[in-house]
Amino acid sequence: MDDGKLDALGQTIVSALGGAATAHAVAFNQLTVTVEAAKIVEVMKHLRDDPALRFVNITDVTAVDYPSREKRFDVVYHLLSPTLNERIRIRAEADETTQVPSIIDVFPGADWFERETYDLYGVIFTGHPDMRRLLTDYGFDGHPLRKDFPLTGFVEVRYDDQEKRVLYEPVRLNQEFRKFDFLSPWEGADYPLPGDEKAEPKA
Amino acid sequence: MGLSQTITGSSPDIAPMPKGILDPSTGKPVGARDPFFLEVNHELSDKGFFVAAADDLITWARTGSLMWMTFGLACCAVEMMQVSMPRYDVERFGFAPRASPRQSDVMIVAGTLTNKMAPALRKVYDQMPEPRYVISMGSCANGGGYYHYSYSVVRGCDRIVPIDIYVPGCPPTAEALLYGVLLLQKKIRRIGTIER
Repeated sequence: MDDGKLDALGQTIVSALGGAATAHAVAFNQLTVTVEAAKIVEVMKHLRDDPALRFVNITDVTAVDYPSREKRFDVVYHLLSPTLNERIRIRAEADETTQVPSIIDVFPGADWFERETYDLYGVIFTGHPDMRRLLTDYGFDGHPLRKDFPLTGFVEVRYDDQEKRVLYEPVRLNQEFRKFDFLSPWEGADYPLPGDEKAEPKA
Repeated sequence: MGLSQTITGSSPDIAPMPKGILDPSTGKPVGARDPFFLEVNHELSDKGFFVAAADDLITWARTGSLMWMTFGLACCAVEMMQVSMPRYDVERFGFAPRASPRQSDVMIVAGTLTNKMAPALRKVYDQMPEPRYVISMGSCANGGGYYHYSYSVVRGCDRIVPIDIYVPGCPPTAEALLYGVLLLQKKIRRIGTIER
């Protein structure tokens, strides 16, 4: 589907959903619709059941952390419509205390995706029957994919021969983590990258 | 037709009897003049028995029947499978896979050990009968490797269980692991004690 048709599809979805969907955008030949987090169940039901859309496959539920924003998380849902041969991304803003309704009644397959999102980002889903951590250790503290979570975490494990069990202790590193990739464009390098030295300066 | 001719025409294909490696200077198999084997052979044919120290016999039996428990945690496990497959075939060294920790002598920790898995690894190790040995396979098991600074990975599985042999590599080749197995056998033979 070309960008024009995607734009039209986004337009129809936003107008059909009235107050729930607020905006849509097409980038890199992908359609993104921004919605209200509180009305996500209504949005999902419409996308699944509307005979012109039929987004029946839930591909992914995850989140993105933007620490500088007031509502720091984007909860992201990816759907696939085999009828249209088209994918869609649904985005809803949330913060640490926003209660995002669980879509498990619409898509049972979202069960573990929501648990994983809760585990790694700390987004709270309401109405989920079994909201436990999914991947991290039992009794784990914190949400590791948040940008403010330290890389090495807080605890490390060791087997204690006296106590005959595995103990948790505060992390003690013999050498700090060092980053040698000073040329990384993601670290904000403002000098010419290797190989670009002879390039003409941009006008 | 060519096919029926080959079936009816000649005798069926039989692999020739293996000759072994011949020593070019004597024309006989390698080791045929080895004084040690000649002596053993002489004793056996002359008296019908030979004398050896009991601990030598026990360490010989131990090195020749090491049962290893598969503890595949990540991609290293693929190389561990490879080493038990026909190309490298550790069973020719008596190093045979065993599915239960209660019936195995060696544990190969193959892959990244996470904090969540660490108590389970120790529990399985505690179930193994003495004498027991551990081979740490790959960078992640040796010292955390790529995930050394991660929040969820144990920085070396020697924090959880005592290790006998470290095999470096990411992942180590099947040959490297096989060499580690041979080193473990050598270690058992050289320490030579019955009680460990």
